Amino acid sequence: MKVAVVGAGPAGVRAVERLVAAGLSPVWIDEASDGGGRIYQRPPPGLARDARSLYGFEAKRATALHDTLDALKPRCDWRPDTLVWHIRPGARQLQTLCGGRQDAVTYDAAILCTGAMDRVIPLPGWTRPGVTTMGAAQIALKTQGCAIGHRVVFLGTGPLLWLVAYQYAKAGADVAGVLDTTPFITKARATPGLLLGGATFAKGLYYIAWLRRRGIRIAEGVTPLAIEGGDDGVTAVTWRDAAGRDHRIDCDAVGMGWGLKPEAQLADLAAVPFRHDALQANWVPVRDGAGRTPVAGIYLAGDGAGIGGAEVAEMTGARAALAVLEDAGHRLDPIETVALDRRLASQARFRAALERAFPFPAHLARAMADDTLLCRCEGLRAGELRAAARAEAATGPAPEMNRAKAFTRVGMGRCQGRVCGAAAAEILAAELNCTVPQIGRLRGQPPVKPIPISAEAAP
Amino acid sequence: MKLVRLRDAARPRITLRLDGVPIEAQRGDTLLTALLAADAGYLRDSEFGDGPRAGFCLMGACQDCWVVVEGRGRLRACATLAEDGMEIRRG
Ligand code: FES
Repeated sequence: MKVAVVGAGPAGVRAVERLVAAGLSPVWIDEASDGGGRIYQRPPPGLARDARSLYGFEAKRATALHDTLDALKPRCDWRPDTLVWHIRPGARQLQTLCGGRQDAVTYDAAILCTGAMDRVIPLPGWTRPGVTTMGAAQIALKTQGCAIGHRVVFLGTGPLLWLVAYQYAKAGADVAGVLDTTPFITKARATPGLLLGGATFAKGLYYIAWLRRRGIRIAEGVTPLAIEGGDDGVTAVTWRDAAGRDHRIDCDAVGMGWGLKPEAQLADLAAVPFRHDALQANWVPVRDGAGRTPVAGIYLAGDGAGIGGAEVAEMTGARAALAVLEDAGHRLDPIETVALDRRLASQARFRAALERAFPFPAHLARAMADDTLLCRCEGLRAGELRAAARAEAATGPAPEMNRAKAFTRVGMGRCQGRVCGAAAAEILAAELNCTVPQIGRLRGQPPVKPIPISAEAAP
Repeated sequence: MKLVRLRDAARPRITLRLDGVPIEAQRGDTLLTALLAADAGYLRDSEFGDGPRAGFCLMGACQDCWVVVEGRGRLRACATLAEDGMEIRRG
């Protein structure tokens, strides 16, 4: 049986590990040179790789994953620096590109472990040099030993906000402020469920307490106003507190993000249906608890199948591999599957509490000022999307996301809506007085990322 | 935008050129790091006239960090390692 695994983050590594243990030698494809995914991405050769300073509390977990990854490479058809840019589920074929060279990989079963990226809400000034996603700020530090600026403000919500602020301060960066759009009370209410997270929850509390002890400016329940600056960068962030007072923090860089969203474009191209997960406020590909999808031969694992975090990704990776093996008639020890399913169920309860503690602030996207640049790829402003939606609605059925794309180019740019898609859907829903599930989602197009035209045209 | 080197900042030096101007960088830098830790300030101008851009996601997803590398074409600065002697133009 020919199995392909796409992605070498926590989910991909554990999937391949289980397949290899069953005697298979999968084709294993990753866009990066060295695997690890975003969370356990390693610095390029030449930089020190001290796990303790790079991954903090997760050092042991990261090292274990890297060791497994490196041990597995020679035992499968390892293809680093390779982008899967299209998938043909009928022919069971992945289209790949490596260093300008095209290839096709056929599979009987494919496990897609494509990960996640930051979910952002545009605000005035967010395209200035010096503004990055929270994940970007972390990657700069982790893999390049760099801070995104001299004085950094972190803005958004979610566990990553506190973690990255902590990592920056610990590394010696000047953290000028941590601005959480979630009010304290929302988080406090979720505490009983968060306790299920045990060590993960304890670590989160530790980061917050550590930042407070350091005297770092922290505000909760904020409304971001703007990122000020000029063409050469950022000079300040302005925001409004819960009591309605306006504030300003001088800084030269901003890391922003409101949780994560699945990078599920390949599942989409494979024709896996999607559902809107109201708790996560994300569109997620449909799969069962083991990672099977309604599309024959396609399995999903990790954050690309719905946000669960690195620990859950390792479990879902192993679980999807077990599903592949089960479906191929391998005899498995039922104790292994049952134990894994039990751990996944308890993690799901913690995850739900986490989503309640840091809900996606849809109201901020909906309230975006008309002249705010919404789509950074196509230079489209929020007001232009609203006006176009009104005009379209007046002449026909209420527009959904893909029609909006046709009449405004939102999501048609170089990132294909990865960055602004979530906020754009909220704006449309508010303007047309309907829900995000009614607005629908942007459908993926091959290639999943821009590739050289010559490569695309080649057979 | 100026990236600040906090750790591991004494690696072997390499030199690239951005629009003809020499840029001092370090082995192991991505193009994005090499340019923005030096004084390039930004990577490209938005084609819609709304100002300069310097990348956003650093994970190969947003495509806002494109630069042109002589002989290799348009590349994502965040996902390409800098090499000694590279000739770069703003994307
Ligand atoms: S910064 Fe987003 S693709 Fe390079």
